[in-house]
Amino acid sequence: MAVRETPENWTPVKGRRGPGVWLLRHVATAVGALGRLARAPFASLLTVLVIAVTLALPAALHLGIRNIQSLSGNWANALDFAVYLADGTPLADAERIADLLGKRADVETVTLIPAEQALAEFKATSGFGEALDALPANPLPHTLVVRPSAANTDASIVLLHEEIANLPEVELVQADTEWVRRFHAILDILERAVAIGSGLLAVAIVVIIGNTIRLDIQNRREEIEVTKLIGASAGFVRRPFLYTGVWYGLAGGIGALLLVAYGRYALEEPARRLAGLYDSSYSLLALGFAESAAIVGSGVLLGLAGSWLAAARHMRRIEPR
Amino acid sequence: MIRIENVSKRFPGGQEALRNLSLSVERGEMAFVTGHSGAGKSTLLRLIALIERPTGGQVIVDGQNTRRVSRRRIPRYRRQIGMVFQDHKLLYDRPVFDNVALPLVIAGMSHRDAARRVRAALDQVGLLDKEKRGPETLSTGEQQRVGIARAIVSRPKLLIADEPTGNLDPELSLEVMRIFRRFNEVGVTILIASHDLALIDQLGCRRIPLKNGSLAVEDEDADSPVADYADAGGSPWQ
Repeated sequence: MAVRETPENWTPVKGRRGPGVWLLRHVATAVGALGRLARAPFASLLTVLVIAVTLALPAALHLGIRNIQSLSGNWANALDFAVYLADGTPLADAERIADLLGKRADVETVTLIPAEQALAEFKATSGFGEALDALPANPLPHTLVVRPSAANTDASIVLLHEEIANLPEVELVQADTEWVRRFHAILDILERAVAIGSGLLAVAIVVIIGNTIRLDIQNRREEIEVTKLIGASAGFVRRPFLYTGVWYGLAGGIGALLLVAYGRYALEEPARRLAGLYDSSYSLLALGFAESAAIVGSGVLLGLAGSWLAAARHMRRIEPR
Repeated sequence: MIRIENVSKRFPGGQEALRNLSLSVERGEMAFVTGHSGAGKSTLLRLIALIERPTGGQVIVDGQNTRRVSRRRIPRYRRQIGMVFQDHKLLYDRPVFDNVALPLVIAGMSHRDAARRVRAALDQVGLLDKEKRGPETLSTGEQQRVGIARAIVSRPKLLIADEPTGNLDPELSLEVMRIFRRFNEVGVTILIASHDLALIDQLGCRRIPLKNGSLAVEDEDADSPVADYADAGGSPWQ
């Protein structure tokens, strides 16, 4: 039994103030909202799953594009120029040009393939050996394989291409760079499309959470009325619902990370096998810390936005009758 | 404590609940608003609790003109008034303790700080051993006492109650009224809407009879006031 008290020795209620009390109150509300979600685990889990899938979709697409970008970055050799020198250029001149180009800052390496070596390789690999023997002279020119350095931009590559082509001894410069450029342009479009899609999905998440909170508000209408009746402020009544939204968003964000991580894990083995076929040791990139934080963070923000909208719209109308 | 000056309340449908009503309740007084259902008892209490606004006149509570209490300020205003309802208005998803603690939590107290006051309030209404129970496991009379504990836990200067004994048998009703009386004795101003005249007579408090939204002249010789008011049913507060 507590000490018996009479109303006389009571003092009026004053809520304590200060950052510590404020924080404690928020923690209590947050924990309370979490407890409420835990008491309906199945329904909560479904909502979280919907949010997780909705967040995982753009995250996975983004990760996919980033992987392709970094993979195509590895295809430096696709940018190699094949430089064919004019017929009859002496080998000494070819070596001099190779030396000259090799010293340029925008050139990584230059490999000289003398006409004789080219012919020998061609004879060995093409199966036209006999026919080639019948030719009076070597029809192949000296060839330089020029690999531009990685620092080059699209524009400086074009410039390099022109400068090499303008050398008097050069007959033809062949560069297979067009398709790489087109490919990057396509990736840019995809990236933009993912960004637009992400925006739409963000709206979807706000709507999903807003709707869930709206139902929650309707189910707890009586409780809201009673608490307002005994003096709860709009903020006090709204707070648990905002925390519910934040929990949904947080759990959805973490769920999205798990889904993406699982997807990457499932694709890793086949991707490695494919890379092996191309003699590459490429392995799939995972989401970085900043990206993961951004996904979870947007989950939380969207959850807050959704619950705020629902509370602002539906709570005002609930007044004691 | 309460001053009602020329107050009218007309509902959008044109129905007039209060007509040019003036009355006052002194500080430390315990008074009953009586009258038929529809006489305006509940409307009067709802104006004091700022659930409704008057269409004319002024309601002044503890020196504050309710006209000047903005919508944003209503919560703070309500916190200084204890309210008891015929249907208790408890929250059935949490134990008795949490129900009684709610006004303190709303005022910013932590559960731990509130514990002492909550127990004191429960002790006052004789329910100290029921704090962990869910309200639905209690009898109607006990639920009403939980409602009273919640109304007085923050030690308001004014307590208003709308048909607090409406669902109780005479014995429980008297017990509830005695609890109100005890709080009144320590200085709480109490205004109760009730049609249970027999019960009010036993307490010997002032009656404020209403009829059609105005003060009625009471017939002291009414032979059976209880029978007169027996048809008065539930409260429109619900």
